[in-house]
Amino acid sequence: MLHTLLKSIQKSTRTFSGGIDPEMSKITAAAAIATSMQPQLYILPIKQHIGEACEPIVSVGDHVKWGQKIARSQGYVSVPVHSPTSGKVVKIEEHATPHPSGMGLPSIFIEPDGKDTRDKSLKPIKAYRDTDPTELRERLRLCGIAGLGGAVFPTFIKLLKDNRNPIETLILNGIECEPYLTNDHRLMIEKAKEIIIGIDIIMHMVGAKKAIIAIEDNKPNALEMMQETLEILSESFPDSTRIEVCQLPTRYPQGSEKQLIEVLTGKQVPAGKLPMHIGVICQNVGTSKAIHDAIIKGRPLTERIVTVSGDAVPRPGNMRVRLGTPMRFVFAQHGLETFDHVHLLHGGPMMGEKLKNADVPVVKSTNGLLAMHSTSMKEAHKSEQPCIRCGHCGVVCPVSLVPNLLADQCRNKQFEKAESYDLFDCIECGACSYVCPSNIPLVHYFRYGKGQLAQIGREQNFAHASKQRSEHRDDRIAREKEEKAAKRRVVREKHVAKADDDKTSAGKPDHDKTADHKTADEKKPKTTDKTIQKDKPSPKSPPGKASSGKVSS
Amino acid sequence: MTYLLTTTAAFGAFTLFFAVILAIAGRVFKIEGNPIADNIESLLPQTQCGQCGFPGCKPYAGAVASGEAEVNQCVPGGERTMLQIADLMGVEPKTVEDEATAPMIAFVREDECIGCTLCIKACPVDAIVGAPKQYHTVITEHCTGCTLCVEPCPVDCIDMLIKPELLEHWSWPLPDTHRAQLAIERKGQHASHTS
Ligand code: SF4
Ligand code: SF4
Ligand code: SF4
Ligand code: SF4
Repeated sequence: MLHTLLKSIQKSTRTFSGGIDPEMSKITAAAAIATSMQPQLYILPIKQHIGEACEPIVSVGDHVKWGQKIARSQGYVSVPVHSPTSGKVVKIEEHATPHPSGMGLPSIFIEPDGKDTRDKSLKPIKAYRDTDPTELRERLRLCGIAGLGGAVFPTFIKLLKDNRNPIETLILNGIECEPYLTNDHRLMIEKAKEIIIGIDIIMHMVGAKKAIIAIEDNKPNALEMMQETLEILSESFPDSTRIEVCQLPTRYPQGSEKQLIEVLTGKQVPAGKLPMHIGVICQNVGTSKAIHDAIIKGRPLTERIVTVSGDAVPRPGNMRVRLGTPMRFVFAQHGLETFDHVHLLHGGPMMGEKLKNADVPVVKSTNGLLAMHSTSMKEAHKSEQPCIRCGHCGVVCPVSLVPNLLADQCRNKQFEKAESYDLFDCIECGACSYVCPSNIPLVHYFRYGKGQLAQIGREQNFAHASKQRSEHRDDRIAREKEEKAAKRRVVREKHVAKADDDKTSAGKPDHDKTADHKTADEKKPKTTDKTIQKDKPSPKSPPGKASSGKVSS
Repeated sequence: MTYLLTTTAAFGAFTLFFAVILAIAGRVFKIEGNPIADNIESLLPQTQCGQCGFPGCKPYAGAVASGEAEVNQCVPGGERTMLQIADLMGVEPKTVEDEATAPMIAFVREDECIGCTLCIKACPVDAIVGAPKQYHTVITEHCTGCTLCVEPCPVDCIDMLIKPELLEHWSWPLPDTHRAQLAIERKGQHASHTS
């Protein structure tokens, strides 16, 4: 049994260029997922995904049910927000979100009533194989599903059956290459069946021919669990043969979409293209489970698994947390109450973002909450040394950039140059900063450079739009002036004509009038500055051509 | 002698031939307006505020192109625009004396507005809407913050507010390290001894 099992697990030795092997510190790998208690107040920011923010559709004082939609999406790249429990909306105001800026977003505050009455408006779709993919797609949008690996891109957008880009392969990302994080690992062990049904739903939706569940070799129990579950399901589930589990050597940042695709298919996603353009889509295992819940149970996304870890947490573990739960409350359940001299991270230690304090809610992108003592965090920021041109950063960069050069360019504000050296291809994996012996915060420079370039782009667009508006205004003013002048002329002429009429014969003024009309008409197209400028040089040039014509003839 | 004649005739023919080609090319590839002024204009922030001493960005661009104005007169453009213009004109950079304020937008206190339409006439980018004797309002996305509408308002009901920063537009600051600071300082020194 074990033998066949091991044989059926595919092993790949292929790898991507660059990468590092950081200390993994997966101290919570054996900790079963616990369920968080109810906080006294949930805080739900109206934007928890990449894309446009939502608009609240409840008012203060409203009673809401668990799973009820409380903010609707505006625009295409957006998914709604749902209430994580039943209770009362107590206020809607700005509150800090887990964002490096520490800035706030309008948020809906819900006080739980402790009953957890579910909103049953969405019916389960058990026979998803017989359901139109478009309907399933709409369901996923309505359920607020966004990529739970951390990028939180609205999932329904990716799950599109498009005949121009037929999907060959679905890759299920169970890599979890960030140190400390074990939420996907635990989910694969505890919810393998749901994940596999989720895979089947996605395969039906996009028409994928096969699916690969990719897991690194530091999670052998997750590998076995997935494989066993596949075998158990194979009796009731004919399509399970098209799903395979693939074991990959542990390497950071293998979980990054483009790197993983390269490892598994040998194909590179061209710059500026999406994986679907080469017939691949990638989904995180947590998203697959959320898709299962949305379709099979009719439940919107209101909770997620969070790894609470770090050397400052007395009882690290994995926890099922409802969205909107204040982080302070989550940490408290793991024994961390005071935050003096503790660094908080939202996400993993490599790509996670530093939090200013714990008074922010858990959102759809919260895969990990880390609390570290100052001594354990690399205090790189204060002791940046000059680059010694060792080249380590370039060796480990998975997208083959030259990080030391790019950092110099960003530091010296040569942003256009950095852009021409493919700054935007940087996936901000942090491998370069990790290996730099001079403690240069390379990724931070890249984030700065990218932000400045985006800002410059916005300013240029605004300047361009302002210029057009100002030109239209000048045109309009010139036209109005000309029209007024023309009108005045006509009136004056009429007046003169009348005066003339009184004095002399009737025939002559008539003639004058028509002539004047003509001049007014002729002048009209010439109103704007631009056209005048355009017209000006032209009288000069024809003689030139005429003379040359004469000479040649 | 015949050599001389044929040579002269041949050169004459060539001359005529190329003259015709050049004349045609001159017509076909004629560049409208002043290309240098247009290039400079495309670098300007188009706020149309007049702080450069010219009635708008286009006149300033023209003045720089013809050498009547210095490269450092655009205040909202700041150092970046100055450097770009200096680069384009091939002249030494100069420090921009006035510091640009934080991005602003105009706001009409609507209950006080008498609907005189004077601010509409003042706005260089058509960012104010309203009809005679009706409230006027500023289209925030279009307002460049040039403050030209404040002065004409007879009842002083236009405020300049600091443009709210959007979460989406937030960007990472430069790392807070000694070397990053050094880079900024060196840049400053460079600018000051070149001007
Ligand atoms: S952060 Fe960017 S530059 Fe650094 S290794 Fe990763 S991809 Fe390369
Ligand atoms: S790793 Fe650091 S010191 Fe080495 S080349 Fe890169 S930036 Fe320079
Ligand atoms: S100061 Fe700058 S933005 Fe203002 S009008 Fe002059 S060139 Fe335009
Ligand atoms: S609304 Fe006022 S401040 Fe804004 S662009 Fe128009 S005139 Fe300038």
